[in-house]
Amino acid sequence: MRPLLLPLLALLLTTGSLSAADPIKATASFSILADIVERVGGDRVVVSSIVGPDSDAHTYSPTVGDARSVAKADIVFINGLGFEGWIGDLIAASGNDAPVITVTRDIEPLLIDGEADPHAWNDLTNGVAYAAAIKEGLSALDPDNAAVYAANQHAFAKEIDELLARVQPRFAALPQNQRSVVTAHDAFGYFEAQFGLRFLAPVGMNTDAEPSARGLAQLIRQIKAEDIGGLFVENITNPDLVAQIAEETGLDIGGRLYSDALSAQGGPATSYLAMMHHNIATLLSTLSRP
Amino acid sequence: MLEFLEFDFMRKAIVALVVLSLGMAPVGCFLVLRRLSLAGEAMSHAAIPGIAVAYSIAGLSVLSMTLGGLIAGLSVALLSTVLARVTLLREDANMATLYLLALAGGIFLLSVRGTAVNLESFLFGNILGLRASTLILIGATTTVTLLVMALILRPLILQTVDPVFARSQSKHTWLISAVFMVLVVLNLIAGFRALGTLMAVGLMIVPATAARYWVDAVTPMLGLAFCFGAGSGLLGLALSYWLSNVPSGPSIVLVCGAVFVVSLLFGRNGLNVLARRA
Repeated sequence: MRPLLLPLLALLLTTGSLSAADPIKATASFSILADIVERVGGDRVVVSSIVGPDSDAHTYSPTVGDARSVAKADIVFINGLGFEGWIGDLIAASGNDAPVITVTRDIEPLLIDGEADPHAWNDLTNGVAYAAAIKEGLSALDPDNAAVYAANQHAFAKEIDELLARVQPRFAALPQNQRSVVTAHDAFGYFEAQFGLRFLAPVGMNTDAEPSARGLAQLIRQIKAEDIGGLFVENITNPDLVAQIAEETGLDIGGRLYSDALSAQGGPATSYLAMMHHNIATLLSTLSRP
Repeated sequence: MLEFLEFDFMRKAIVALVVLSLGMAPVGCFLVLRRLSLAGEAMSHAAIPGIAVAYSIAGLSVLSMTLGGLIAGLSVALLSTVLARVTLLREDANMATLYLLALAGGIFLLSVRGTAVNLESFLFGNILGLRASTLILIGATTTVTLLVMALILRPLILQTVDPVFARSQSKHTWLISAVFMVLVVLNLIAGFRALGTLMAVGLMIVPATAARYWVDAVTPMLGLAFCFGAGSGLLGLALSYWLSNVPSGPSIVLVCGAVFVVSLLFGRNGLNVLARRA
């Protein structure tokens, strides 16, 4: 009996751990995070995203298919900071004890009225921190390929540094009266901090709040009284309110920003870097108009 | 106090609320009198598969999603009228079944397509962000409603208060029911675009119920329901401006609710009746 037991145990262990041929199955809570996981994981990882492109993770309600995807995952990545409030129940319901990595764990969150702003990826340096947390999670699960993940993360960080170096001087060169913009909901707190801009919005951080007439009136007054550089709609929220503000203040809508989700295939923001690039270019082209 | 009139969005909201109440008051009153008060809620769910199909075909186009919702809502409304005519069961039973099927079908379609866009937020508007197209939709709906109401008012009243006698007088009473249901769906869809689901149904039913507590005759009930509807709409909107952090949608429905409670307590047909009897 005893001689049989050891090989059996060894067999169990090898099927339990990951063989080099099977890629790691990772599940990310939303499209932006899934893209960064894909960058760091490369072809070692197959990523699925629970909330898809052009979709709102604030108000998402998970399906049975999502529970299945989480149950099958070898590792789960979430944003945290209260962004995807439904994820805890989903992970608990899936009965999966795969590691759950909260990618914002090392980030000092921005506080807005005492509440942490979850949209941390809108600061490019946080994008690097996201990738670092993902690298650590993947390396712990699959130590054999730790060097691959480190190299991928390094390349990603380098691209971000290059982008930052290119655009930072352009933002710095904007005149003081061209630094305020209006968007549909408060998603750009980190962006604001990084590039010295000011974002105003009729609805707060969470998209399912309803605006009050007083709040909208105050915003319109503020826009009329101050210099506002531009007005932007978002991919995940109803553009009606922003259109109303445009009509009332005579400002043009400068374009569409991708706030909480990537665009679908063929759109301008199919990856995290493309999204940041698109948002930066859209803002700069409106704000640097004379 | 009235400095909010300087804002274009407030002026539009005021016009929308008054015009919408004008059409919704008669429709809501007859829903209440015909014991179909819950039909408004049912219709709002019945519209969902139409919206889902329109979304699958044409994407996030407000016009096609409105049309889709209209077609689905009308089908459920008309089918339940026809089934009530040709079978044993009354309109409400058929409607309850059909709207549940429609709702389940709609959710199924949306899930199969795997979308997580909050479709409601795109289709169902906000009173503070009214587009010119929404105002036109509201104006057209109210015009059609008032014209058709003027045409069918007498047979509709007859059919509502004495359906057996009405049927003995004319073979086409089902036609009146069908036309009435079309008006219900039209007003609801216009209301959804302007106010969102909860508020549209609220603005249709609550003022009519409150009015019923004060008067017995139909014509004054229609007038009173309009006053209650438009009045609560304007007061709710103003409160959302005067107080800070009061979202306008719920504020309007809550004022409607307050009017309802006052009517219940002090109206001639309200709890007063019990007090007088005791």
